[in-house]
Amino acid sequence: MQRKQRLSRNTAYFVPYVLWIALFVIAPVILLIYQSFFNIDGQFTLANYQTYFSSNTYLMMTLNSVWYAFLITLATLLISYPTAYLLNATKHPQLWLLLIIMPTWINLLLKAYAFIGIFSQAGIANQFLSFIGIGPQQLLFTKFSFIFVAAYIQIPFMVLPIYNSISELNASYVNASRDLGATNWQTFSRVIFPLTLPGVKAGVQAVFIPSLSLFMLTRLIGGNKVITLGTAIEEHFLTTMNWGMGSTIGVVLIIAMVIIMWLTGGRKRRSGKGLTK
Amino acid sequence: MKRLQFKWRYLYLWFVFIILYAPIVFLIVYSFSQGSTMTNFHGFTWAHYQELFADSRLIAIFLDTLLVAFLSSIIATAVGALGALGINNVTRPLTKNTLLSLNNILMVSPDVIIGASFLIFFTALKIPLGFGSVLLSHIAFSIPIVVLMVLPKIQEMSTSLLDAAADLGANNWQLLSQVVIPYIMPGIFSGFFMALTYSLDDFAVTFFVTGNGFSTLSVEIYSRARQGINLEINALSGLMFLMALVLVVGYYFINQYSSRHRRAATRGRRK
Repeated sequence: MQRKQRLSRNTAYFVPYVLWIALFVIAPVILLIYQSFFNIDGQFTLANYQTYFSSNTYLMMTLNSVWYAFLITLATLLISYPTAYLLNATKHPQLWLLLIIMPTWINLLLKAYAFIGIFSQAGIANQFLSFIGIGPQQLLFTKFSFIFVAAYIQIPFMVLPIYNSISELNASYVNASRDLGATNWQTFSRVIFPLTLPGVKAGVQAVFIPSLSLFMLTRLIGGNKVITLGTAIEEHFLTTMNWGMGSTIGVVLIIAMVIIMWLTGGRKRRSGKGLTK
Repeated sequence: MKRLQFKWRYLYLWFVFIILYAPIVFLIVYSFSQGSTMTNFHGFTWAHYQELFADSRLIAIFLDTLLVAFLSSIIATAVGALGALGINNVTRPLTKNTLLSLNNILMVSPDVIIGASFLIFFTALKIPLGFGSVLLSHIAFSIPIVVLMVLPKIQEMSTSLLDAAADLGANNWQLLSQVVIPYIMPGIFSGFFMALTYSLDDFAVTFFVTGNGFSTLSVEIYSRARQGINLEINALSGLMFLMALVLVVGYYFINQYSSRHRRAATRGRRK
């Protein structure tokens, strides 16, 4: 107690941080909500929300965006869960984990750019397809390539939280389940999976929210075939300069984010590196 | 039976690793290829690297990116570390939890929201878009991670250490500069490294607040990639891979050092 008094007597050093919270955390969100009530001519109006909720285009776009985010999350989860599980069984899990996280230190744009080369008409993926007799396909600028690349980018963010919860799993529960005669599948579905659910939830949260807002992948890889909420916001802000509508979609995205965080339980941050946004 | 199972495990893990690393290796391999496409390897050349070093626009952007990254992480580290000290000193649980929640807002917000709301913010305050707005944004989104890295270190610090220093007559400043800061240094370093990578990695926020005149590498790669393949970007990715490697190794050693440090400290205490 004594220490706390002593240190807190001088609070000047706390000022920049509090200023940061006021200026860069609270003010921008309020401004975004405020802006959503203005139309393109700067008049106060509710029309943006009206347009959003009465237009099929916007609602379909939102549903589509949620659907693709769901597909991306599912693909990432299906690849990451076994990876995390097997990682835990290796001799040097920390080293393997570091290797999984390493690719996140490479600039996102460069990874997207690599896939432009890989998926191109005469690219290595098509060479492989020709080699195994399927013949070249249009790969770039398809929905498939969008989901593939998005999942590729998000895998480390999913592996890490799942790995953390698997490594905390007490092995004696698994042994007890086996001793009591459970099959492998029963042990997994009744014991291992429920106990590692917090990690899965954290992973889903870490992947789903960014997937809703990806916008450069939809351009570079998806060829504008998929419009996410992020793409729509970017279009409204930087191309059509309709900030009011852009902010309205932003508010929708914030609400979607809050719902997801509520569903996946609590505010868990993406921990560790790699855990870039 | 058991051995077979083991092999299957490794096969899957290797498969995932190959998928994860193939695009990066692919990029770097083609940075040495003659020709101008990423389709067939046409023989070894340094030409793309020479082209890269002769491209003064790209070099300038590269230096700008580094400048923004270093400046923003240094400032974010200072603000964030002091902020963590401040949060630690807050005694009311409600205030503390509110501060921590506010701190995490920028960690969970999608980049697009951060970018768009900052753009509105800068425009409302009439801050010109360019170097200044990009720097401010990078500082802003790096602060929370620094706080999250430093806070556990502060909480792990024992009160008796501070009491001892105070009993020996240290004043507030001495307490901070000679006891607290050295103790939480590993946390500060990790925070700094994270801030650095956040800044170097960022595309979306920068894209929103950069305006016309100023550009960072991510934004530049985006606009070049939209025009198609250019092996100069491959050469750039080779360089950036090296840089990332240096950062990873640096981060790894700092972590190693701090965990060794911690072990030594607990050993010392037990004696």
